[in-house]
Amino acid sequence: MSDAHDDMTPVKTEVPATGNVPAIPDPGLPPHLWRPTDVDEGLAKRAERQVAAMFMLSSVFVLLFMVSYFALKVGDNHTTFAGFGASTVALGFTLGMALLLIGVGIIQWARKLMGDHEIVEMRHPARSSDEDREGTLEALSLGLEESGIGRRPLVRNSLLGAVGLLGLPAVVMLRDLGPLPGDKLYSTVWKPRMRVVRDVVGTPINVADIEIGDLVNAEPEIIFAVDEEGDHVLEGVELQVAKSKAAVILLRMDPSDITVAKGRENWSIDGIVCYSKICTHVGCPISLNERKTHHLLCPCHQSTFDLADSGKVVFGPAARSLPQLPLMVDEEGFLMAQSDFTEPVGPSFWERG
Amino acid sequence: MSVDTSKVADSNAGEPATPKKPGKAGAVANWADERLGLAGLAKKNLRKVFPDHWSFMLGEIALWSFVVLLLSGVFLTLWYTPSMGEVEYQGSYNPLRGVAMSEAYASSLKLSFDVRGGLLMRQMHHWAALIFIASMMIHLLRVYFTGAFRKPRELNWVIGCLLLLLGTLEGFTGYSLPDDLLSGTGIRAADGFMKSMPVVGTYMSFFLFGGEFPGESIIPRLYTVHVLLIPGILLALIAAHMLLLVYHKHTQWPGPGRTEENVVGFPMLPVYAAKAGGFFFIVFGVSSIMGGLLSINPIWKFGPYDPTKVTAGSQPDWYMGWPDGALRIMPGWESHFLGVTLSWNVFLPIIVLPGLMFTILLLLPFIESWISGDKRDHHLLERPRNAPTRTAVMVALMTFYGLMWAAGGNDIIAIKLHLSINQITYFMRGAVFIGPVIAFMITRRWCISLQRHDEDKLLHGYETGIIMRSAEGGYSERHLPISETSAYTLTARERNEVYSPNAATDSNGLDEKGGRLDGLRGRLSTLMYADNVQPPTAAEVEAAHHHADDAHELQASLEGHAADGHQFDGHHSVDGENLRGDH
Repeated sequence: MSDAHDDMTPVKTEVPATGNVPAIPDPGLPPHLWRPTDVDEGLAKRAERQVAAMFMLSSVFVLLFMVSYFALKVGDNHTTFAGFGASTVALGFTLGMALLLIGVGIIQWARKLMGDHEIVEMRHPARSSDEDREGTLEALSLGLEESGIGRRPLVRNSLLGAVGLLGLPAVVMLRDLGPLPGDKLYSTVWKPRMRVVRDVVGTPINVADIEIGDLVNAEPEIIFAVDEEGDHVLEGVELQVAKSKAAVILLRMDPSDITVAKGRENWSIDGIVCYSKICTHVGCPISLNERKTHHLLCPCHQSTFDLADSGKVVFGPAARSLPQLPLMVDEEGFLMAQSDFTEPVGPSFWERG
Repeated sequence: MSVDTSKVADSNAGEPATPKKPGKAGAVANWADERLGLAGLAKKNLRKVFPDHWSFMLGEIALWSFVVLLLSGVFLTLWYTPSMGEVEYQGSYNPLRGVAMSEAYASSLKLSFDVRGGLLMRQMHHWAALIFIASMMIHLLRVYFTGAFRKPRELNWVIGCLLLLLGTLEGFTGYSLPDDLLSGTGIRAADGFMKSMPVVGTYMSFFLFGGEFPGESIIPRLYTVHVLLIPGILLALIAAHMLLLVYHKHTQWPGPGRTEENVVGFPMLPVYAAKAGGFFFIVFGVSSIMGGLLSINPIWKFGPYDPTKVTAGSQPDWYMGWPDGALRIMPGWESHFLGVTLSWNVFLPIIVLPGLMFTILLLLPFIESWISGDKRDHHLLERPRNAPTRTAVMVALMTFYGLMWAAGGNDIIAIKLHLSINQITYFMRGAVFIGPVIAFMITRRWCISLQRHDEDKLLHGYETGIIMRSAEGGYSERHLPISETSAYTLTARERNEVYSPNAATDSNGLDEKGGRLDGLRGRLSTLMYADNVQPPTAAEVEAAHHHADDAHELQASLEGHAADGHQFDGHHSVDGENLRGDH
């Protein structure tokens, strides 16, 4: 049914399928209104010219795009235009205008010049007809009957079992995605008497060099260590893994500010404390220090830890204190670790206990 | 309904087609049809009717932005290297020259600075992704608020929800690929999320990262997921979504001549094809201009990923913001029992909550049809006000979402508004529970009062703004009847029936199976429908008109031929009207 609706008689409401009877009878589709472009040849011509002009202007923008592509350079002059490159701006603008003009042109064409008769189509229920359903059921039962799947349970069940078991290879083959966790999460590269060195530069840290209130991002010495041949001891993945667990923060405060926990009496050196930099929430590196309160804030989810009080959580979603690294000083006055962390660093996990 | 068509332009009324000798195109069509037999299908669908309404365009934005994503994404793969192998950057961007970084980051920099149009495509891809997800969400809201999810379209609702979920995951895997400091921080947090899962957490983390975080496998693996696995599923689901749309035929707004049995609109060829096709170019063009003029994700400013570094104000893309907010305001609860640890503080907000919200979303059509017991097909849309509880449920969900989202920016809010981040967090902990309840109640009552307003308009006419003074000196506002079209449109909606569990007792007076569940259904049905204003019956409309006529007669006898108000309602021209009547 695709007649234009002026030829239609109004649809009368005769108890529709939904049982919804409006209080007012359906007046039927309103009469079609002719557009100015339908009745005035001049206006139609004008619309035609507008549409064509847009298409032609689009071609002009494509040419400008080509010019920009070859004329404008990319690279280190990226700040020359609006902050991120004359080339990007020009290419994006010209391409965008070329596309937009085609789009607007086509829609203008549809609105002004194409037939605007609304047409009516009847709906059909989504369900199949009863005959179709019956036919399907018949065909299905005939097929099943001929296969004998109901009469031969041995065949059916052994097939189901065999296909089901095929899931095993599919799962087992994923086994080599990665090694088992083992006890890897329980230790870091920190070792007894390993020096604490500055982040980025890798220089050892003398106790005398740190003033009260100073915060130092630090790493274990092995991160920067080289062997006899001058190659880094840790490289690639190993290095990344080591850094992601062993990064620490040093903070020097007035020793009288520190609340020393039991068993940690000799973990700090003259008010210098060392804590894991990895948040115990979901593992972001923590870096925002509130100098007055000795509070350390994680920028990801705002967990706040008190470095003057065993790294306890004072605010935010983290549940566990920051692990503390026991410090000592070597003969030259440089800071080093007494041992590895005494607990796993980073986010909690099930087996952690 | 006869219209003078004698002056109509020939674009609308051409000569009837006369059979001609088949040309070249005819020969090609014949060749194809003899092999594919598509003429039968094409005959039915070339003039398929699509109703017109601006809100039906929202899903189209999602569709076309997906096409833009496919096109720009293919371009990006030509230069991007999904590898975490370490290289020293030697490209054009000076500040990073000589810095060690992953190949993934180096190739993203190359795309940004050494490939002409590369940065444009990167930014277009990112903007189009944001538009894709935003338009899917708004499209979902439109479908929900208008009741377009009802039978027979529940499955398409489910497919749509899956598309939204997959689109979100696709976005996350996508913005993780450049391996810059910001995206690496996101992956770092994702590792923490996985480890919070009971029993399998560490295993999942080790299997996904190919060992301990960060490993060297995550970028290539995310790449496969991002360019092959999820887009493949997305494409298949989009195809199914569109096929079902065509099969069910689009819903339409009620109105004169628009019923449950028909669909009124423009034919696919030419009008709808032109509008939809033209709209593709518009979406493409807008993404292109955004990609060219609006900076997004300037990865060169963040530097390469380093597990010991982070930037302040680290935030995911906006559509990941709401679970991040939940993560931020969650109290730090952790349980230790039987030698294991369960991190409620991570597991609940980031694993359980999104899963729960998604399940609720998926089940909405089924919950509503269970409560209403409605098994009929619905093709006419409902105005949000005419389903007050449904509308209120979604507004409550939106409020929850919005508050969580705002909580995801608690640090930004604290800095910009000079507030205490602690207080914002404490406030949000309460607000995410109380806010939705308040929003639910306000929305529901608001809808019902809008229904009353509609009923008033229908029975007593619209307010003209004209104050009349009667002979006795009393003042009243003149109401005039609304047009027949508007009146019909207002009444063309369904009456709600409150489900009463008592009616479900069998002939022996015993409760049927599931009595308690039935009671719940009855209470929910009461909440959902009991307070709604039902459309008036024919008798009520009739009675109201009589009442109005009586009032008119009374006034007429008192006032003679004074202005009846039509002159001032803005619907009529007042030229030549005699406002005072002839005396």
